[in-house]
Amino acid sequence: MSVSKLIWLIPILPLIGFVINGLGRKLLSKTIAGVVGSTVVLASFVISLLVFMEIKAGHSIATIHFFDFIHLSKLNIGFDFKIDQLSSLFLLIITGVGFLIHLYSTSYMHEEDSKDFAKYFAYLNLFVFSMLLLVMGGNFVIMFIGWEGVGLCSYLLIGYWYKNQNYTNAAKKAFVMNRIGDLGFLLGIFWLIAKTGTISYDQVFTTAALDNLSDTDITGITLLLFVGATGKSAQIPLYTWLPDAMAGPTPVSALIHAATMVTAGIYMIARSHVLFSEAHFTQHVITVIGLATALLAASIAIKQNDIKKVLAYSTVSQLGFMFLALGTGNYVAAVFHVLTHAFFKALMFLGSGSVIHAMGGEQDIRNMGGLGKHMRITSITFLIGCLAISGIPGFSGFFSKDEILAGAYAHNPVLFGLALFAALLTAFYMFRLYVITFTGKFRGTHEQEHHLHESPWAMTLPLIVLAILSIIGGYVGIPEALGGHHELAAFLQPAVPTAAHQLDHGTEYMLMGISTALVLVSIIFAWMKFKNYQPEGEATGFGKILQNKWYVDELYHAIIVKPLNALSSFLSNIVDKKGIDGIVNGVGKAVNYGSRQLRWIQSGQVGAYVLLMVIGILFLFIVQFFYPFW
Amino acid sequence: MLGTYFTFPELMIWLPLVAGILCFFTKKESAAKSIAIIFSLLALAVSVTSLFYTADKFSSYNNVNYYWMKYLGNSLNIGMDGTGRILTLLTTLSFPIIFIATSGRSYKNAPAFYGLMLLTQAGLTGVFVSVDALLFYFCWELALVPVYFLCSKWGGEKAIPTTFKFFVYTFTGSLLMLIGIIYVYLHTPARMFEDHTQVAHSFSLTAFYNANLSATEQNWLFWLFFIAFAIKMPVFPFHTWQPDTYDQSPTSVTMVLSGIMVKMGLFGVIRWLIPVFPLATANYSHLVMILAIIGIVYASCIALVQDNLKKLVAYSSIAHIGLMCASLFAMNEVSVQGMMIQMFNHGINIIGLWIVVEMIERQTGVKTISQLGGIAGKAPVLTIMLLIIALANIALPLTNAFTGEFLMFSGLYTFNPVYAAFAGLGIILAAAYTLNMIQKIFYGEANIITADVKDIAWNEKLVLGVIVCIIFVVGVYPQPLIELTKSAVNMLVSKVH
Amino acid sequence: MDIKAYIALSLTLFTIGIIGVLVRRNAIIIFMCVELMLNAVNLLLLAFSKMHAMSPAAKALPTYASDAQIFVFFIMVVAAAEVSVGLAIIVLLYRNTHSVDVNFLNRLKN
Repeated sequence: MSVSKLIWLIPILPLIGFVINGLGRKLLSKTIAGVVGSTVVLASFVISLLVFMEIKAGHSIATIHFFDFIHLSKLNIGFDFKIDQLSSLFLLIITGVGFLIHLYSTSYMHEEDSKDFAKYFAYLNLFVFSMLLLVMGGNFVIMFIGWEGVGLCSYLLIGYWYKNQNYTNAAKKAFVMNRIGDLGFLLGIFWLIAKTGTISYDQVFTTAALDNLSDTDITGITLLLFVGATGKSAQIPLYTWLPDAMAGPTPVSALIHAATMVTAGIYMIARSHVLFSEAHFTQHVITVIGLATALLAASIAIKQNDIKKVLAYSTVSQLGFMFLALGTGNYVAAVFHVLTHAFFKALMFLGSGSVIHAMGGEQDIRNMGGLGKHMRITSITFLIGCLAISGIPGFSGFFSKDEILAGAYAHNPVLFGLALFAALLTAFYMFRLYVITFTGKFRGTHEQEHHLHESPWAMTLPLIVLAILSIIGGYVGIPEALGGHHELAAFLQPAVPTAAHQLDHGTEYMLMGISTALVLVSIIFAWMKFKNYQPEGEATGFGKILQNKWYVDELYHAIIVKPLNALSSFLSNIVDKKGIDGIVNGVGKAVNYGSRQLRWIQSGQVGAYVLLMVIGILFLFIVQFFYPFW
Repeated sequence: MLGTYFTFPELMIWLPLVAGILCFFTKKESAAKSIAIIFSLLALAVSVTSLFYTADKFSSYNNVNYYWMKYLGNSLNIGMDGTGRILTLLTTLSFPIIFIATSGRSYKNAPAFYGLMLLTQAGLTGVFVSVDALLFYFCWELALVPVYFLCSKWGGEKAIPTTFKFFVYTFTGSLLMLIGIIYVYLHTPARMFEDHTQVAHSFSLTAFYNANLSATEQNWLFWLFFIAFAIKMPVFPFHTWQPDTYDQSPTSVTMVLSGIMVKMGLFGVIRWLIPVFPLATANYSHLVMILAIIGIVYASCIALVQDNLKKLVAYSSIAHIGLMCASLFAMNEVSVQGMMIQMFNHGINIIGLWIVVEMIERQTGVKTISQLGGIAGKAPVLTIMLLIIALANIALPLTNAFTGEFLMFSGLYTFNPVYAAFAGLGIILAAAYTLNMIQKIFYGEANIITADVKDIAWNEKLVLGVIVCIIFVVGVYPQPLIELTKSAVNMLVSKVH
Repeated sequence: MDIKAYIALSLTLFTIGIIGVLVRRNAIIIFMCVELMLNAVNLLLLAFSKMHAMSPAAKALPTYASDAQIFVFFIMVVAAAEVSVGLAIIVLLYRNTHSVDVNFLNRLKN
C-alpha cells in the first residue's frame, strides 16, 4: 500500500483523539484520556515518518484532492493537501515534538480533575489537528482554516484555568491580536483571488499566474500576508500577546507558543517564497521588523523575573531571527532555525515546567536558586538548551544561527552587527536565567525546599530526548565551510530554494569566530555577574523601562483600547440613543405634539364645527370665483 | 401523487396556517404545544422532501397558480427558486427548533401564543414563496401582525411602547413599499390569463421585471422599496427598533425575528428590488454599501460596550446583516453566493445563541452581563455549546458561517478593496465582543446569581445538538447549500450585469 | 319677473339660515334654520326650472319642465324624514339633560 493513501490519517487521528476525549471527558479515567491523547499523536508521527521517508527517497507525493470545499463557476477551492519536502518536515516537527509534549503532559497535568484532564488532552489534540491542517493544506484557504484553528486552541488552552481572570484576559488578548493579523492574511488571500482567481499553491506559484500580478499587487499581497504572520508569529507590532500567553499550562507554552504554532508565520512565508522573492520592498520590511523584534524582545528578556516570561521573550526574539532570515531571502536558514528552535525551546519550556512542578507552582526565579542539586536531569538538559540557543559550536543552535548571521552579513554587514548583538543578549539572559535558577543557594521557603524533587520519568524522558535532539539536530545542516553538505538544504531544494548569496569560506570562518568568541564572553560575564545573585529591589532608570517591557502594553492600551472604548460608549450612549433613536422618537413626538395642537379645533361645539364648515365653503367659493380653472 | 394535488410550497403554507387556527380552538397548553411541534415538524418534512425535487422536470411540484383577484391582474402564484428554497428550509427548520427549545416554558394563554406563532410561520413562508407582488405584500403584512400581538402580549415590562415603535416603524416601511408596488403595477404590461381574460395591468413577478420604468422613476421607487427592506433587515440608520424589540420580546419571538424575519428584508432585496430596478441599483449600490459598512463597524463598536446580553446579540446581528447587505449589493457571483448561504447559517447560529441566552436569563433572572460569571463551572455542556455557536457566529473556519463570510468578503474585495477592509474591522471587533461576553458570563468564579445554574435539559441538548451538527456539517461541506442556490445567484447577477 | 330677484330672495333666506345656525344655541331654532336653508334651495331650484323650461333647446326633451321640480319633492320628503328623526333626538336630549342648548352638548370632545 502506498504511503500517500495514509496521508489523510495524519490529521484525522488527532481529530479522533479530540472527539473521544471531548465527548467522553466524564467517562474516561485520566490514564485512558492520556493514553488516547498521546497515542493518536504518536500514530500520526509514525505515518509522518513514513511519508517523510517516502519523500526523502525521492517519491514525490503531489497535491491530494479530497473534495470541493467551495466550488463556484469563477472560484474553486478544493479541500486539498500538498505534501512536499517543506510540509513533511513540519509534519515531523509537529507530531514528533507534539508527542513528546503530550507524554510530558500526562504527568505534568496529573493533579487536574479527570474531567479537566480529558478536556486538556482534547484541546491539545485539536491543536495538533489544526496545526497539521495548516501545514498540509494545498491552498491558502486550508492553511487559513488551520491558521484560525490553532488560534482558537491557543485561546482555549491559555484560558484553560478559566476561573482566573488574568488568564482569560490573556487568552482573549491572544485571540483578538491574532485576529488582527488574520484580517491581514484574509485580505491578502482576497487580493490574490481578485487578481488571479485562484488560491491553490500549484496554480498561484506559477509564472502564468505571477504574470497577472503587477508589482503593486505582489507588494500588497505579500505585505498583507506578512501582517498575518506578525500576528501568529508574534512580531512587532503584534507580539505582546505571546508573553501574556504564558498563562496557559507550561506544556502548552512549549508546544504552541514555542515549537509549532508561532512558527506558522515562517512556514507561510517559506511556503509562498515565490511571491516574497519578487517583492523587494516587503523583504526589506520583514528584515527590519524581524531584527527590531529580535533586539526588542531580547532586551526585555534581560530584566524579567518570571521564568516563563524570559523564555517567552526569548521565543519572540528567536522568531525575529527567523524573520530576519526570511527577509534576507535565506528561507532554508529560517526553516532550519524553526527546526532547531523547536527542539531547544521546547526543551527549555518543558524544563521550566519541571522546575515549576517541583516548586509547587512558583514561577519567580528570585525565589529559586540551587535547583541543580535537587533536579539533576532537568538542570543538565536545561543547560544543554541554553548552550544550544546561545550558539555554542557543536550544539544545534550554532549551525542555524550561524547560517542566519552569515546570510545577514552577505546582505549587509550592519544587519550582521545588530543580529550578533541580539545573539549576545540571548546568551546573556539565558545564562542569567540558568545561573539564578540552578546554581547558588536556594532562596525559597523551607516548605518548598523540602518539597523539591526530580520529576517522574514521563517528564524527564521528553527532556532527555529533546536534549539529545538539541545537540544533534544541527548536524542535518552543517555548512560547507565546515566540510558538511547541508543535507537539509539539499532535501528542501525542490520546495524551498537555497539562498543565492555565497560567502567565501574565509569570511564564514571569521564570522563564526567572532560570534563564538563574543558569545563565550557574554556567557562568562553573565555567570560571573549572577553567581552570587541576591534579589535586588525595584529596578530604576533604564532597567525599569526594560522590566516594564518598554511600556508597550500601556501604550497600546492608551492609543487603541481606551479610545476604542470611549468611541464605543459615545456611539452607544450619544449617537445611538440620543441621535438616531432620538430622531426616530422625535418624529413620533412631533406627531404627538402637532395633534395636541390641533385638538382645539375638535372642541365638541356644534357651532364651531358649522362655522368651520361655512368658512371652508366660503373659501372654496372664493377660490372658484377668482381662479375658475384652478 | 403529492404533486398532483398539493405542491410543496402550498403545503408549507397550509400546514402551519391550519395548525395555527386549530391551536386557537384548543383549551390546554399541552395540546397547543403538541400541535405546534407536530405540524412544524411536518412542514419541515415537506421542506426537506422538496429538496429532492429541485430538478427542472419536477417544477410542477414547486409551482402553482390559482386565480385570485383576477380583475386586478393578480393571482395566487407560489413557487420556489433557490432563494425561496433555502429560506423556506430555514423557516421550517427554525420553528420546530424554537418550539422544542422553549417547550419547557409555559405561557399564559398558551393556545393563542402557539396559534400566533404558527400564523407567523405561514406568513413568513408565504413571503418566501410568493411570485405575485400583491400576494407578497399580503404575506409580508401577515407575518408582521401576529408578531405584534406576540410581542406586546407576552413581552417584557416595556413591551407595549417597544412593540408599538417596532410596529409603526416597520409598517411605515411597508406602506412606502405598497405605494411603490402600486406605482410599478400601473406601469406593467397587460396580463393575459389562461382562460383568455385580459387585464390592463399585472402583479406578476415577470411583469414587474419587465415594467416600463424610466431611470428617474427607478431612482425614487428604489428608495420606497429599499427603506421598507432596510427597516426590516435592519440597515444603519434604520436599526433602532431592533435592540429594544429583541430585548423586550419573549425569546421565542426574538428567535423568529432575528433568525428569519430579518431575512425577509434581504429576500425582498433579492427578489423585488434589484431585478425590478437594475438601473437604480447600479446607481445607488455604493451608497447602500457604505451605509451597510458603517453599520457593521458602528454596531460592532456598540456591542463592545453593551452590558445587556440580549442587546449585545441584537447589535451583533445588525453587524452581520450589514455585511450581508453590503455583499448583496456588491453584485458579483462570489459575494451573492456567500450572502445566500450566510442567510441560512446566520439564522441557525443566532437562534442557537438565543436559546442559550434564554436559558441563562430564565435560570438567573438576569441579562446584565456584568452581574453574571462562572457559569462554565456550573454548566459545562451549556458552555461548550455556546462556545461553538458563538465561535460559529464570528465565522471561525470549519463552522458554517466561515464559508459564507469568506465568500462575501472575497466578493466585496473584488468589488472594492477599501470596503472589504473596513468591513473586515467587523471581524476583529466581533472577536473582541464575543470573547468579552464569554469571559464575563462563563469564566471566573460563580457568584450568588449564578450559583444555582443547572446544566441543560434534554430538549435543549437535543436542539443545540442539532444546531451544532448543522454548524459543523455545513462548515466542512458547504457545497450542497451552494448547489441549491447557485442558479438563483447566477440569475440575479445576470439581471444587473 | 327677472330671475335675479328669485336668486336674491333665495340667497337672503339661505344666509339668514346660516347665520341662524351659527349664532343661535337653541337646538330647535337651529333646526328651523336648517329648514330655512333647505327651502331657500328649493326656491332656487324651482326658479331655475322655470327659466330652463323657457329655453327652446330644452323643449326637445320630454321632461323639460319637471326635472328640477322632482328634486324639490325629494328634498321635501327627505326634510320631513329628517325633521321627524331630528325632533325625536331633540326630545330625547331634553328628557336626558333638560336642555336644548347645543353648547352644552360637547360630550364628543375628549
